[in-house]
Amino acid sequence: MMKRNLLLIALVIIISIIPLFINIDAEFGGADVEAKELIMVLHPEYEPWFNSIWKPPSGEIESLVFALQAAIGTGFIGYFFGYYIGKRSTRVTEK
Amino acid sequence: MNKRTLLRTTFCILLGMILISKPVYAMHIMEGFLSPLWSGIWFVASIPFLFFGVKSIKKITADNPNLKMVLGLCGAFAFVLSSLKLPSITGSSSHPTGVGLGAILFGPAATSIIALVVLLFQAVLLAHGGISTLGANMFSMGIAGPFASYFIYKGLDKANAPKSVSVFCAAAFGNLLTYVVTSLQLGLAFPVESGIMESVLKFLSIFAVTQIPLAISEGLLTVVILNLLSAYNKEDLKELALIRGGNESI
Repeated sequence: MMKRNLLLIALVIIISIIPLFINIDAEFGGADVEAKELIMVLHPEYEPWFNSIWKPPSGEIESLVFALQAAIGTGFIGYFFGYYIGKRSTRVTEK
Repeated sequence: MNKRTLLRTTFCILLGMILISKPVYAMHIMEGFLSPLWSGIWFVASIPFLFFGVKSIKKITADNPNLKMVLGLCGAFAFVLSSLKLPSITGSSSHPTGVGLGAILFGPAATSIIALVVLLFQAVLLAHGGISTLGANMFSMGIAGPFASYFIYKGLDKANAPKSVSVFCAAAFGNLLTYVVTSLQLGLAFPVESGIMESVLKFLSIFAVTQIPLAISEGLLTVVILNLLSAYNKEDLKELALIRGGNESI
């Protein structure tokens, strides 16, 4: 099972890395920004009627919040499996 | 290498991926980019599902408080995956949704609440997506995607497909459908003279191709986490399958 999981994760990493080599000159901007640009082409008169209440002041702060989001998630995932693996191994020793 | 070391390596690799992925932008409909009318329509469309979601979570966790941990895991998984902005073959980047896992385990209604938490976090703290477009993004990522995942999983499972194939397809196609719905929403709100369809296709051309490799990645990662779950917490999975009317464990 573990070997299979590692293989699957390796596959994900490969899928994520390949685009970087196929499109060496690409900017890898967000697809949402492209959608916004398309809106501006289709309906140049459109004015966004609502602005974000708060924006991360810089790319660094933005990456901080993104890292935080990922850390919260991975932290819990680690806790979850640690808890159940620990629970299982205690049960084994008690027997 | 024993199992625990392997598990630790798995997490290190996951963490590594987070560090490698360069924060750029991402892909929900941006703040203010749906007219007040369409923003309202999607809010109204999403609210009933949230209501059912709260009810469904209350019911499941009232009878089985230990399943709160598994629900938390589904939320954590969605948190991690939607923070991973991955490069795609089109030269732009986008992120997986991570809600397929919740849809498979807890059903689409409960998953809509998970999606709401993720979308709110990103709208308020990251200016990614938005408050005004929250209803629309909820509908695509929190409702349409999870419903697709749920039915694909159920269908393939009934057809006796191998578990990992059902899980992979459910998560991958749920992810794709999320962005098909996003394109529909944008096409409806910003039609061109030759019709809504053409506008939808234009938006689809931005999202769909970009999303294909990410959908595959999401499918694979969902299989990984379910493999881990069935290896280390089979009891809760069985219990969950029982409550949810399934006759077999995942």
